[in-house]
Amino acid sequence: MAMLARGNNADAVIEVADLTKYFPVRKGFLRRAAGSVRAVDGVSFRIARGETLGLVGESGCGKSTLARAVLRLIEPSTGRIKVHGREITALSRRALRPYRRQMQMIFQDPFASLNPRMTVGEIVAEPFRVHAIAGEREARVAALFAQVGLSARDMRRYPHEFSGGQRQRISIARALALDPALIVADEPVSALDVSIQAQVINLMMDLQREKRLAYLFIAHDLAVVEHISHRVGVMYLGKIVEYAEKTRLFRRPLHPYTEALLAAVPVPDPDATRAKRIVQGDVPSPINPPAGCAFHPRCPYAMARCKEETPRLQAIEPEHWVACHRHDANETL
Amino acid sequence: MTAVPTSPAADQSSTREKGAWTTTRFLLRRYPLGAAGAVIMAVFVFAAIFAGAVTVWDPLSTNAALSLARPSAAHWLGADFLGRDVYSRIVHGARISLMVGLGSTFLGSVLGVALGLTSGYLGGAIDLAAQRLVDILQALPLLVLALIMAASLGPSLQNTVIAISIPLIPYVARVIRANTLALKELPFVEAARAVGMSELRIALRHVLPNTLAPLIVLATAQLGSAILTEASLSFLGLGIPEPYPSWGRMLSESAAEYVRTAPWLVIFPGLAISLAVFGTNLLGDALRDALDPRQRAA
Repeated sequence: MAMLARGNNADAVIEVADLTKYFPVRKGFLRRAAGSVRAVDGVSFRIARGETLGLVGESGCGKSTLARAVLRLIEPSTGRIKVHGREITALSRRALRPYRRQMQMIFQDPFASLNPRMTVGEIVAEPFRVHAIAGEREARVAALFAQVGLSARDMRRYPHEFSGGQRQRISIARALALDPALIVADEPVSALDVSIQAQVINLMMDLQREKRLAYLFIAHDLAVVEHISHRVGVMYLGKIVEYAEKTRLFRRPLHPYTEALLAAVPVPDPDATRAKRIVQGDVPSPINPPAGCAFHPRCPYAMARCKEETPRLQAIEPEHWVACHRHDANETL
Repeated sequence: MTAVPTSPAADQSSTREKGAWTTTRFLLRRYPLGAAGAVIMAVFVFAAIFAGAVTVWDPLSTNAALSLARPSAAHWLGADFLGRDVYSRIVHGARISLMVGLGSTFLGSVLGVALGLTSGYLGGAIDLAAQRLVDILQALPLLVLALIMAASLGPSLQNTVIAISIPLIPYVARVIRANTLALKELPFVEAARAVGMSELRIALRHVLPNTLAPLIVLATAQLGSAILTEASLSFLGLGIPEPYPSWGRMLSESAAEYVRTAPWLVIFPGLAISLAVFGTNLLGDALRDALDPRQRAA
């Protein structure tokens, strides 16, 4: 969607245009391709320095696939990825290496993202080794440990000796080692206790201010996303269905799916009455998505048109895009 | 070792890094069974290396007067049908049995790891081809293989080691492949890729070390059966040529005929094999734990 790619061009750390990732579905003895899963289906966005794009959606909607495709940990099927204005979509592994320094990742599972057989000091020093950055490695690692709130003395310990929150700090230290401009965080706090979540989120926000980091922050917890993001994209079955500046999205959700997600956020008030707009059913299979708007089987406002025509993302107000036929009228009028 | 002053960084570290002696004491206290296994194996290795120094009798010279002699002060473990000293033969036999056992286990493990890691990590057509190769190796009967090797190359220690190592390859390759398949999907492998590490380095640095535990278990279990396999090969004249002693040969030669009349011919070589297997199992168990940082938390 070209409209999403407009704006402060000079500052964009990453620009993604019409990115798709199809996984072939193989069947039978000969493993012939029998259709495909559109895990990511035409997603576009840009993130500027110091900015956080939050990405929300149910599990299975393609958030993690998108994260990995952006970093080219898996190869996107079509679309373009630009880092600092340079296209990296088709670069070879070798040519991609310098760009790897610009973008790093933090993973969801703090117990599987650190090699259990290496000390955490070795883990954090590894990026220096790979990129042959010599000199004062130990001091650099110690500085990174300090930045994420760990003691340099912890460097010789092994991952299993740390708690989930501490391990996530170690992951952050590893991601920061190469001084990247973009960090893709795939549900970095959803495996942590609520109290620890806040600490890790605040650490990420402090680091963002300090280093002007751009974050692609993936989560399914709307409260967390609201806290850390500047802009938010809502994903449903591989597509972005709503994309807006944070306060606009939370104040006035336009897509029925966003509405339902917001209605499902628990309110810390037992007397609070809230609209019961519970979405029925499960996410449809991405192998065989519903025709028209993929959300129509679960949508309380579904019209005849929704079953036939796929809605396109369009601007409804400044900094607010939605893909829903209900809002077509508003715009055309 | 010369006394090297410890660096300030090392001083800050935990007790683990305070020198070889501290480490050894720590390991002894933590793994008493493993230490016992290490002692058993050390004794065998010592006996194998200094066989001439710890025995009086020549293991090969026969003496008709001593045929089937009972254990005595002169011949501690008795003598066999040809009057050869059993103690002397067991000590000299340690050389061959340990070389065959350790050599074939090592060779089979190295080849199996290489095959399994390549197959599991690269996947696709290479995986398919490697797995079919493993199927073929597994379908090949050991005796036929040994027969071919003995016939074409002549029976020797080296050929025995190779022949016994080949059946181990498919087992190791399968186990390592299965582990590799699981490990290569883990986020720490993805993190290494995100940093820009080459696939070869990821496989060697992040995947291989994490497959160590099952490999050690498999290898130590294999050692005993390698020693016994050598016995059956030698019995058929396909292994170590006569008259050189090996534990397996001593056992298999006398088991049927002399188990009632001269049980020492059966008991002592059998005991040597059992002890060696027991020792490696204890050692292997402790090794597996000691090499795993997760088990080492003080």
